[in-house]
Amino acid sequence: MAENGKLKLGLYWAASCGGCEIAIVELREKILDLDAAADILFWPCAMDFKYKDVEAMPDGHMDVVLFNGAIRNSENEEMAHLLREKSKVLVAFGSCAHEGCIPGLGNMFDRQSIFNRVYLETPSTDNPESIIPQTSYQLPEGEVHVPYMYNTVKTLGQVEDVDYFVPGCPPQAPQIWAVVEAILGGNLPAKGSVVGASPDKTVCDECKYNREEKRVSKFYRPHEIIAEDRCLFDQGIICAGPATRAGCGALCTEVGMPCRGCYGPAPNIVDQGSALLSAVASVVDADTEEEAARIVGEVVDPIGTFYRFGLPASMLHRRKLEEVE
Amino acid sequence: MMSDNGNGFEPRIVGFCCNWCTYAAADTAGVSRMKQAPNVDIIRVMCSGRVEPAFILKAFKEGADGVIVSGCHPPGDCHYDTGNFKTFRRMPMMEALLDQYGIEKERFHWGWISGAEAPKWAKLVNEFTEQVRSLGPLDWKRQLQSKED
Repeated sequence: MAENGKLKLGLYWAASCGGCEIAIVELREKILDLDAAADILFWPCAMDFKYKDVEAMPDGHMDVVLFNGAIRNSENEEMAHLLREKSKVLVAFGSCAHEGCIPGLGNMFDRQSIFNRVYLETPSTDNPESIIPQTSYQLPEGEVHVPYMYNTVKTLGQVEDVDYFVPGCPPQAPQIWAVVEAILGGNLPAKGSVVGASPDKTVCDECKYNREEKRVSKFYRPHEIIAEDRCLFDQGIICAGPATRAGCGALCTEVGMPCRGCYGPAPNIVDQGSALLSAVASVVDADTEEEAARIVGEVVDPIGTFYRFGLPASMLHRRKLEEVE
Repeated sequence: MMSDNGNGFEPRIVGFCCNWCTYAAADTAGVSRMKQAPNVDIIRVMCSGRVEPAFILKAFKEGADGVIVSGCHPPGDCHYDTGNFKTFRRMPMMEALLDQYGIEKERFHWGWISGAEAPKWAKLVNEFTEQVRSLGPLDWKRQLQSKED
């Protein structure tokens, strides 16, 4: 704590979309309470800070750093190490830092194939000299360096020691406030815990629907069917609710969209995607091998469906690299 | 314990065998001294329907070059009536998942071997071992430790 009794807070974004920053603004009028309780020492998205300001701090200077975003390149990792050094409590804030999230689906590819696609192959690309980003370039004023993109997207916990994990894409405002209050009140659980979410429930427990049918003979993607006002899973719409941690308030199913799994694996689940795969297979209405193969064969893109938010944190982390360096 | 001695790669294969059928077949194949490759490490499970997809992924992650899941013939042979139904509903999706992970389909086998089919087990072990041997090591741990610069 600072001499004025306020919490010294830092916020940072690595490979992320900015939604986690918006989630903090979603605190609305409570943001004034946050301002009253905390001095913000670092928040590049909202205020003007330089990395050298952080480097100049003594070690452990900030009480809490909320770190959102995955580790996609060397800059992200460098900042993860720096902020760990300068903070007492480092929080992986949001799905990207927690388990890789949407940027983590880049783990279905590698650096070279992503560069080829983005800079050479897309129909809207005009790049006759086939220029691909370089990590260093000689200018008259001197040599400039830019960060190096990794083959594999990592979670914050895979490159640094993390104290707490706040799930969600993005974390919901009431949950964020609960975490802030816990920090201010010193009511934090054991290191390594998931906070700002349910300790023991799945999204199905929070959902307004109850599962009734246990037999599904055809699977649909959300745009292929107009859902009725009952359990979406029962209607053959793949919903990640059974394998996902509660805490969001089942916002998606509330408006007729299936859960996509952003709050991460439910408690005691090791690998969210394979748990969801099991849940889907268990409702297949087939008594012969041929029938079962036909029905589950309709599931398009199993990894994108089952591991949408957690591929880097999953058991295998990524698709096999053709050439391991 | 086998290891790659530098010139000869010995595949490491994990076999999930159900207690009531395939494990009995493997046991019979052993006591009958049928000639089998020594590359399959058997894990006895009560039912092939007990094999969660995460078990298979973990086997690959921890260094398996191939995985076998084998249970009782459907319909009717299952000790629990419909445990093997769960297997055949899950495994086709598991095949699609492994394909997306870039794990060759020849590294994963699932099927049925009854307690009376010991020669079938021995034949599967020999053929599958050679199939995996020809693919070379999977070495998933090395995937995870790949250098980034």
